Formats: sequence, structure tokens, C-alpha cells
Amino acid sequence: MNEPVISVRGLDVAFGARKVLRGLDLDVAPGEVLGFVGGSGQGKSVLTRAILGLNPKQAGKIRLFGEDIDRLTPRRHRALERRWGVMFQGGALFSSLTVRQNIQAPMREYLKLSQGLMDELASLKLKLVGLPPDAAEKYPSQLSGGMIKRAALARALALDPELLFLDEPTSGLDPIGAAEFDDLIATLQKTLGLTVFMVTHDLDSLYSICDTIAALADGKVIAHGPLDLMLASDHPWLRAYFHGKRARAIRRPDAVGIEASAASDASAPA
Amino acid sequence: MSKPAENLPDFSVERDGSSARVLLRGAWTIAASRALERAAQKLAAAANGAQSAELDFAGVTRLDTAGAWLIDKARQQMAAAGVAARFAGASAGDAILLREAAYAPPQPERAGRENPLTALLVALGGWTVGMGEEILRGVSFLGELAFNAVRVVARPKAMRPTSMVFHLENFALRAVPIIATINFLVGCIVAQQGIFQLRRFGASTYAIDMVGVLVLRELGVLLTAIMIAGRSGSAITAELGSMKMREEVDALRVMGISPMEALVLPRLMALVLALPMLTVIGDFAALFGGMVTSYFYNGVSPQVFAERLQLAIGMNTYLVGLIKAPFMALVIGMIAAIEGFKVEGSAESLGRRVTASVVNSIFMVIFLDGLFAIFFASINY
Repeated sequence: MNEPVISVRGLDVAFGARKVLRGLDLDVAPGEVLGFVGGSGQGKSVLTRAILGLNPKQAGKIRLFGEDIDRLTPRRHRALERRWGVMFQGGALFSSLTVRQNIQAPMREYLKLSQGLMDELASLKLKLVGLPPDAAEKYPSQLSGGMIKRAALARALALDPELLFLDEPTSGLDPIGAAEFDDLIATLQKTLGLTVFMVTHDLDSLYSICDTIAALADGKVIAHGPLDLMLASDHPWLRAYFHGKRARAIRRPDAVGIEASAASDASAPA
Repeated sequence: MSKPAENLPDFSVERDGSSARVLLRGAWTIAASRALERAAQKLAAAANGAQSAELDFAGVTRLDTAGAWLIDKARQQMAAAGVAARFAGASAGDAILLREAAYAPPQPERAGRENPLTALLVALGGWTVGMGEEILRGVSFLGELAFNAVRVVARPKAMRPTSMVFHLENFALRAVPIIATINFLVGCIVAQQGIFQLRRFGASTYAIDMVGVLVLRELGVLLTAIMIAGRSGSAITAELGSMKMREEVDALRVMGISPMEALVLPRLMALVLALPMLTVIGDFAALFGGMVTSYFYNGVSPQVFAERLQLAIGMNTYLVGLIKAPFMALVIGMIAAIEGFKVEGSAESLGRRVTASVVNSIFMVIFLDGLFAIFFASINY
């Protein structure tokens, strides 16, 4: 049971001559909320897409729920896809369907449910992600950026997945919305035992809901562990990331108060 | 991981006087689909007749939001039927889930159906207003286009030669193989039919006249224009449409660049140049096709074919076809651009607009050809 949900070994992904990932190893344990960080263009999305089977890999092994994704029959692969939910960065909602139909699309595809129950479940998902009921009948083009994020999460949660991939879930949300988003993920994680793989740059999310953080640089995971490990690391990029100007403003709540930390930062030039 | 088949949601009821104990068992998850729905329906009626019921979660192996929602719904239905139901034995996680996914009855739909007659009138009115707006939009588009065209003529610096040449390559150069092939084939077909039909009157040499006149006056330009409407008109609509969808058109506007000047005019100019050029190529390809067919079916040597053609057609035959080309290009380009800017947020609307662009421009090209035919006939050209 403690077998990792995601297990990546020696993953190489290249586009033409440009190698993006070089021998990457990564494990995500069941119930873990992993925050994945890395500079722009370092291949965070490429890794996510490779795990989902959207980008071809040149070498390496990817196991999901203990199954090698290269050796799956299409049938088993479909069964596997049902166990994860994916929220793309841009939402990737189907533009010709309403939000309700978007949420019901995976239900329709995989389950036999009455329309009445599907409608009820869609409204439940909307409530869970904090969208007003009247958003259900809107088309994605009529939604704001933040609402698209929420609707995309609602769709990712449609089948109550065991594994959730989130690509920058809180980017473009106001701080209140982002905090609610974090709470929701935390609640779902607690209640459903959800495993979350989250690409994010939101330091608040990293501090508040991620159990572990993995950092990507030079095509490899350079550090993987709890926040303290990141803070203690002396890798230059990690130092810049977690001790930069923006990071200093959001110290962990149990460490120092924000005012105190701001004051000490002001007196101690970097 | 246990298989769902062994673990379907189920329950049993123990009654004790006026109170009932409902022992829930199995995985109450959405993966059970129908079984979950049925179990929940039965559950609502499980404690009928009792005064109080206890829903015991001890046997629940797994619960998700859908299961929690349905169980809570059943509890509320029991309550409505006079059975005071409560949860027991829920783990901490399940308790949170039951709270988060608490059942809320769906909001009543906007009550009352509309009278079908009113609905029809509303639809008709909406359609009429829509048509009016469309005409208005077309006129304002033409105005904006004319204004920008005049501005570009007055200030040639605003012209975008690079962009125009780029589109010219796409619309003209890359279309040469397909345009030449299609016209060649049609030239062959017309010549072959002409030879067969006219042979019965012993006039098969006149097939060459027929090919010459038909191809140069009508078919060459018409086929080329239809191909370009399908090939480049659709491309223009799709390009402009997806640029509009992704706010690229708005980005141009806020930079103070007129989309008309930056996007539409270069394409339109490229089309107006491309279509006559392609028509010339198409004409020659069709005549060549006619020549090849005449040689094989009628034994007409290329020299004889050329001499016969010289007698049959004049410069005016050639020009009648060619004059039409730029006008057709203008029609194709304008319809493509108007439709492109009408694209709204969804992929569906993009598809609809591209279809409309191609269908409308092919229709207009043929319609225009008819008008030209009447015009040239009345001036005896």
C-alpha cells in the first residue's frame, strides 16, 4: 500500500537536439501533496505531460499506481486515466460545452448515471470549488480567468480521482480565492486521501498545503523533501527562490510574525 | 487495491422498536455508478415507519464526494418522511466529507415553460435584429476597410510589403500545383466531352473552339476562384478568428495598430494579386489539358491545335476571364475577414465561421460570375 503513486526513473525527454529532462527520478507517495517548483522553461510542464503520456519520452520508466505505463493495454490505460484528474494551466475547458456539461463530460464517458444525479453532482462540484450555481449554464468564454480555474478544477474532480495533477492552480487568482483553493485541496486531500502533484509558483501554497517540495533544475530533481530541506539547501537557485525578496515576506506562520520578519529583513540587507 | 465488484455500496437495516439502525457497507464511491445510485435510492426508504434512524459508517470502506452527497441526500429525504436520521461511526475524514458535500436540493429551474408562439416570435425577432446588426457590421467593416485603404494609398509607408509578400507566397505560389492540376483536368474533361458530342455532327474540330472560349471566359477563373475560396478564404477566416479568440486582435488595437491595416489589407492585397496570376496559370493548364486530350482522342497535333485556337479566340476572350479575377478575390477576402472577426470564444463558433466563409464566398463568386456574364453580353464584349 505504501508503494509510490507516481514513480519516475531515469526519465529523458528531448525536443530535437534540446534535452529538457536528463535522467530524472521522482517518487510521490500516496496521500502526499507535492509542490513542484522550477524556473521558467526548466521542464515542469514537460514532466507533467510526460507522466500523463502526452509527451513522448526518450528513455526511462514511469509507473503510476504501480503500473508501468509503457506496458499497459489500452483497456488498462483507460482504467488508469479514470483514477486521475488533471487541471491544465489554461483550464482547457471544452469551449463549446457549458460548465455543467464540461464537468459531466468525464462522468458521461466513464459511468452510467442518470441525468438527474449527474446534474446534482455537477452542482456539488461547483459548490465545492466555490462557483455560484448560475455559472453552470455559462460557456467558458463567458467566465473570468479565476472562474475558469475553478471550473477546470471541478472537472478534474468530476470522477473523485485518487491522483490530481494541477498545473499552476492558483496563478491568476486573487489572494482570497487562492487561499480558498488551497483550503479546498487540503480538505480533499484529508478526506479522500488524494495524492496531489502540483506545479506551482505560489509560495503561499507551497508553505501552507504542500507536504513535500521537489525542485527541478538542469533536467533533474535537485532537491525533494519538506520545506525545511528547501530552506536549508545551499543550491543557488533554491536559495534565490526561497530566500528571495518575495519569499521573505511570507515566512511560515509558526516561525515569526509577518511584521517581525519584515522588520528583521529591513535591518538585514541581503 | 480491491476490485469495485466485490465492494459495491450496500446496507442492511436492524430495527429496534421505533428506531432503526442502518449499517452501511462497501465503497460508496462514484466508481460504482449505477449501483451507487440504486443503493442511495433504496437507502432513502430504508427506515420508513421508524421514528429515528442511525446511519452507521463503520462498514464503509471508502467514501467520496458523490457517496457523501447521496447519503446526506437520503438522510434529508428520511427527515422529510418523518424519520430523524443521524450519522454514526463516521471517521474524521468521512465527517469532514459529509459536511463539505452536504446535500442541497437543486434550485428550482426557471419556472414555467414559455408559450411556443411567444418563443417563435422571440426567435423571429432575435433573428431579425441579428440580421440587421450583421448588415450594419458588414457596412461598418467596408467603411473601415475603405478608410484604411485610402490611408495606405495616401501614406504608402503604412503598407506592409513584407506581410503582403508572405501572404502572396501562401496564396499564390503554394497554390500553383493544385490550381494547375485541377484546371488541367477540367480542360481535359471539357475537350473530351466536346469531341464526343460534336463528333456526331462531324464537327469535332470545334471542340477546340469550345475549350478555348469556355476555359478562358468562364471556367479558368471560376475554378481558380472557388479553389482559392476554399483554400485561402478558409485560412484567412481561421487565422483572424483564432487571433480574435486569443485577444491578439485586441492587443493590436491597444497598441494603436488597426487590425484592418495590419491583418486584413495585406491579405486582401495579396489575394487580389494572387487570383489573376493563378487564373493565368489555370487558363494555360486547362488549354494544355485540352491540347493533350485532342491529340489522343482526335489526333490533333499541337500545331494544328494552336492554329485552330488562334482563330477561335481573341484577346477579349482572355481578358473577359482575367478582369473578373481581382473582383472575385476582393469578395473572397472580404467575406473571409468579416467572418473571421465574427468568431466568438468557442472552437465551435470558429468552425461555424470558417464554414460560413467558404460557403458564402463560393456562392458570391458564382453569383458575381453571372453578373459579369450579363454585363459582358450586354456590351457585346
